Amino acid sequence: MRQQLKIYVGSAVLALLVSAPALAADAGLFSGAMQQAAPGEHLLLADVSSSNTFNRNLKKEKDPNAAPSEDGYHDPENEGTHILQPPKDAYTGLPTTEFGNHVDWVKSIDEKKLSPRWDRINSSEEPFVMDMDIVREVKASVPDVVFPHRQHTEWLACANCHPAIFVPQKGANQINMSAILLGQKCGVCHGKVSFPITTKTCSKCHSKPKPADWSPPLSDATLKNPWR
Amino acid sequence: MTSYKADRSIKWRFSILGVLAGLALLAMAPAKAEYADVIINNYADAAGMRPVVFPHWFHRIRFRCKVCHADLGFQFKAGGNKITMAKIIDGKFCGACHNGEVAWSVENCNMCHSGIPGTPTHIHGSTVQRLVSPPYKALNAPQQPAQQ
Repeated sequence: MRQQLKIYVGSAVLALLVSAPALAADAGLFSGAMQQAAPGEHLLLADVSSSNTFNRNLKKEKDPNAAPSEDGYHDPENEGTHILQPPKDAYTGLPTTEFGNHVDWVKSIDEKKLSPRWDRINSSEEPFVMDMDIVREVKASVPDVVFPHRQHTEWLACANCHPAIFVPQKGANQINMSAILLGQKCGVCHGKVSFPITTKTCSKCHSKPKPADWSPPLSDATLKNPWR
Repeated sequence: MTSYKADRSIKWRFSILGVLAGLALLAMAPAKAEYADVIINNYADAAGMRPVVFPHWFHRIRFRCKVCHADLGFQFKAGGNKITMAKIIDGKFCGACHNGEVAWSVENCNMCHSGIPGTPTHIHGSTVQRLVSPPYKALNAPQQPAQQ
């Protein structure tokens, strides 16, 4: 019993001795780190190790709507930058989201918190809103897509999408996620200006659950397989 | 023996911290700009002006997409409109509103031409940008003119 205690105390003292210089370095880290981290050979070592660590929790953006002078895009040395309106000033009171501008633009119009002009000069002109949902059956097992014309015609004219981007005819438009992610079809706006394509937004389009008796369609390769 | 080990661990700590701080600085700058901000640098750099930063958020609070993208003929493509000051003064593109009547006029050069010099034409935060284009490093941009 006594021997065990001795070993414990001994190892604790030894650990303290070994780690003391390291602890002292920790205390001085914040002042000296920027100057001392420069030499290339050490950076190389750390590069390898840091590339192998697994970042379990990606950090959330702390300050998503930064003022122009702090956003990394506007030049802080430019006088005009400091005259521009910070986004947060404009966003107060608007419904929020977790993505994009962190503002729910469609909801803002629905709740009449914003009323952007439909005409360049005439502020009394109203948009031509068409309330028609288009259901697109999706081959994969994800829920089917419901495209609401109403939210889109609040913002856009028919000619913005038809006929150049979408042929106004049932079954005439081949759409897939790869094309959208590369900026075609819905991706002309979504993922650039209108709501972005993230795992948080899948269900905004893929919103109609598959029927209970749904089963995945068989591929051409399976159907043509002579040994099937 | 112990001092050698401790020395190595300090170096490790310093180097890891340095790399982390560098990464954090690099990652910070581009992430904070507003979603859908467009940098237009077709001709600006060559003409000795800062690139234009177009804030979509500011304009969509005031106008629906249709006003610019249907009535004024703006293409849905960053840098795809080949806008020049001549066209703007002629009342086309930005000049349809930025004429001192609907919005402030063209003499406020540095309110549009406010981007960090050397930033390429692109739309910030776009999916295509993240998937296809090489990562954009904002911190390198201001250092280049200083070195020359």
